[in-house]
Amino acid sequence: MEILIQQLFNGLTIGSVYSLVALGLTLVYGILHIPNFAHGALYMMGGYITLTMMTKYGFHYWLAIFISILVVGLIGVLMERFVFHPLREAPPIHDKIAAIGILLFLEAFAQFVWGAEYQSMPTPYGQVVEIFGLTFTMQRLLIVIAAIVVMILLTLFLKKTFTGSTIIAMSQNREGANLVGINTNKVAMLTFMISGGLAAIAASLSAPINLVFPGMGHLVILKAFVIIILGGMGSVPGAILGGYILGFTESLGATYISNEYKDIIAFVLLVIILSVKPTGLFSKGGH
Amino acid sequence: MSKIQKIVILVLILFAIVFPLISKNDYFIHIMTLSFIWMIGVYGLNLLAGFTGYLSLAHAGFFAIGAYSLGLLTAKAEMNFWPALFLSLVITGVLGFFAGLISLRTKEHFFAIYTLCVGYIIYLVIDKWDSLTEGVRGLIGIPAPANIGPLSFETLHSHYYLVLFFLLLVVLIMYRIVHSLSGRTYIAIRNSEDLAQTIGISTMKNKLTVFVISTVIAGLSGALYASFVRFIGPDIGSIAIVFDFLTYLLVGGIGTLSGPIVGTLLIVVLSQRLQFLQDYRMLVFGPVLTLLIIFYPRGIVGAVAAFGQKRRGQVHKSNIQAANLPEEQVKEG
Repeated sequence: MEILIQQLFNGLTIGSVYSLVALGLTLVYGILHIPNFAHGALYMMGGYITLTMMTKYGFHYWLAIFISILVVGLIGVLMERFVFHPLREAPPIHDKIAAIGILLFLEAFAQFVWGAEYQSMPTPYGQVVEIFGLTFTMQRLLIVIAAIVVMILLTLFLKKTFTGSTIIAMSQNREGANLVGINTNKVAMLTFMISGGLAAIAASLSAPINLVFPGMGHLVILKAFVIIILGGMGSVPGAILGGYILGFTESLGATYISNEYKDIIAFVLLVIILSVKPTGLFSKGGH
Repeated sequence: MSKIQKIVILVLILFAIVFPLISKNDYFIHIMTLSFIWMIGVYGLNLLAGFTGYLSLAHAGFFAIGAYSLGLLTAKAEMNFWPALFLSLVITGVLGFFAGLISLRTKEHFFAIYTLCVGYIIYLVIDKWDSLTEGVRGLIGIPAPANIGPLSFETLHSHYYLVLFFLLLVVLIMYRIVHSLSGRTYIAIRNSEDLAQTIGISTMKNKLTVFVISTVIAGLSGALYASFVRFIGPDIGSIAIVFDFLTYLLVGGIGTLSGPIVGTLLIVVLSQRLQFLQDYRMLVFGPVLTLLIIFYPRGIVGAVAAFGQKRRGQVHKSNIQAANLPEEQVKEG
């Protein structure tokens, strides 16, 4: 029983990180129809920037995360401006290849600047807390709480603010949004900014319990793709729900099935879903 | 094919044949053999992504399946090289058939994501299945190709010719496919799948055929790699390999017949010349890949073709192979 609760909590932690990454991915897909393969690289950059800010410049954890959000958000905006914007009329295969090019570049860049070795991020929240006889590390609790706060803020932003509504409008109909006077270019940049920021938060939160290295985004981005296919591509609640489902499945699978093969679970899940329904679960007609 | 093209091709083949005789340095022959092996894999990817329009990111997986099938059959089951090669192609083809059967029902983004995941599953299985594949330790002791009568493939030179033979074979097969009715069918599918279906093309059957051929070619490339390098590890199935293939293909020219050769040779030679690029090559090739897809979506070969076309004032537009004109065709469709 204790193991089960412990694993459920682990699932909640991993799920929170997955959800944040998947949210950024799904926003970009929903609005611009770009499967951003470089999103994992943004996640990795987020981890490194927070780490550098903390270790090299001695900033506080939260300040470091804030800088990381800004920097990665900016990288996202630059990506949109210089790569995806010129390609918006091109056949869909081009976006994907361009994204892969960015991914390769950012990874090589990280390796060049920070080296290939694994690094660990210090955290001011290393304490262990005990609740109902179960022990949790502060950092893990922090991941869950911070992720939920971010998701609530994002939802409020999308639902309650004017800028948020323009994003929603554009995801529903790009031409229509343009017609009613929404500056679609601005919204596209904003979307990439938010998407990059979310990746930076996810990486900065999870880095202290994992490690920081150039390939850290690989598995996470693949799983984020599984999540947004699970939750319907472009759907915000779908990404959140899908992230937690995958988090729970993995941590339970690791305990009760096989720890070795836990990373395969997500992909097998995806293969099954797409085999049954080639357009993904909850897909809206057309795009 | 024009007369000039024929001459150029003949000269190139002749050069490839005499290359080991004039090159004093064994290292260059080694590099050339490796690039020939990559080229074969890139041709596999090109048939699917370039001519049919389905970007498969699982091809490193099939490359690895080919390599491991051959490696396991020869090193562990101690089979003769030639039946093992044949069998490993069959294994890759069968696995490719099943992967294609499911993955080809998806389109565009879903297909790329799906195959990315398939590739990752293959990589993880190779990595984790210690008892069969030796896991991270890698598979060692893969023998060189067995003799055919008096022909032995123990030396570097003979291996070079063997790989060259397979490369020429693959190029010939590609040429035949692209210039046949099937090739036109594949291009039709790339340009507009709905339209192709409307005019009575069985798109699923054709796509599946291409997928299987393409995986078998990737498998051949893997098998040749295994017998040439004699050592394989799970890394050959990693996503990085498929990205390498993609870079070679895009720099050369996706959807062109000579693209894979031009791209692979250029990048491999450049990487050799600029030693510092070894570790950080993607620092340069990543942006190159992105810029190419924005400005020259058909790579060097495509850019040269477009330049030639402009000079001739586009009079002979009908003479230019349809295969070389993906963009225009898309717009017409």
